[in-house]
Amino acid sequence: MQRKHNQKAWFLVLPVFLLVAFSAIIPLMTVVNYSVQDSFGNNEFYWVGAEWFVEILNSERFHSALGRQLMFSGLVLAIEVPLGIFIALSMPKKGWGASICLVLMALPLLIPWNVVGTIWQIFAREDIGLLGHTLAALGVDYNYTQDAVAAWITVVVMDVWHWTSLVVLLCYAGLSSIPDAFYQAAKIDGASRWAVFRYIQLPKMKRVLMIAVLLRFMDSFMIYTEPFVLTGGGPGNATTFLSIDLVKMAIGQFDLGPAAAFSLVYFLIVLLVSWVFYTVVTVQDAEASK
Amino acid sequence: MDFAWMGWTVFTGIFFASIALFLAAMIAWEIARPGGAPRIGVLRFETTRGDRLFVSLLGSAFIHLGWLFFGGTDLWWALGLSAFYALAVFRWV
Repeated sequence: MQRKHNQKAWFLVLPVFLLVAFSAIIPLMTVVNYSVQDSFGNNEFYWVGAEWFVEILNSERFHSALGRQLMFSGLVLAIEVPLGIFIALSMPKKGWGASICLVLMALPLLIPWNVVGTIWQIFAREDIGLLGHTLAALGVDYNYTQDAVAAWITVVVMDVWHWTSLVVLLCYAGLSSIPDAFYQAAKIDGASRWAVFRYIQLPKMKRVLMIAVLLRFMDSFMIYTEPFVLTGGGPGNATTFLSIDLVKMAIGQFDLGPAAAFSLVYFLIVLLVSWVFYTVVTVQDAEASK
Repeated sequence: MDFAWMGWTVFTGIFFASIALFLAAMIAWEIARPGGAPRIGVLRFETTRGDRLFVSLLGSAFIHLGWLFFGGTDLWWALGLSAFYALAVFRWV
């Protein structure tokens, strides 16, 4: 039978398209326009061509911020994904215990980013914070405002505290979809705990894990509020990630041209990684449905 | 309406007009040959012609960035390279 194509339904997308145009496309066009010009305010612009891009791509500052950002995202994924799987596997599957665990896991996700930053800023302070005060009492030299390593540990632990729950909930959903028959068959075959995880649970979690990795990578790669509230990018530039550096350049220094070029390079990296993840997920979906 | 705050230039205008033209051409192509022409190319997964346009545009952006990093500000070569790249994507991806 000949398949009938009706494209009129696309008109229903028009209102959303207009909304996105005002909220995203027009600002993005403006950023592109700014990236090839210099401005001193008063709507006066001077054509500079691709100079800002050359400056940004060759700047030590951008390379350092990108390196820190990649390291942060890598660390966060390396901790949150295995930890999330472990917690999801340890959670009760039925009964009131499961409900309590799910509510507890959802709590950190409900807290706004700036509040999380503030909580950890106070929590880690040596004078009034529980964590900082306890570590000082134990004789640990810990000061996240002056020591770069302490600042990094605090920022990473804060992110792990805030976002591991997301991985847990996704993995838990994946685990809940496994029928009991799979476990019964594994028991009859005398499969070890590791074999059950490797050949039953992990394959069933593969899809949700990909989504978890995608969400956590993108979110950690664009992180701004929490480290900004906690460390302000310091000490020095130790926790100045891409978005913090970008805001410093655009609003702090009012270097609109270089900041626009910076944002476009940043945007393209995010777009590339999103496309790779999206393609991997959709290809897996297509293979699974065959 | 005054769009001076957007800081338009002739070159960025041409750039966005080109993107709009590409999209219009894709719509016309889809009306003429509906279905998106899905196929499995060298990347070993199914792509439609919309996917191929996206890969072409994204790849072209990175070709330009790479050229700026290694070669300098003369972007005509990068543009030519991007055109070849886009043709290759539409032919083989």
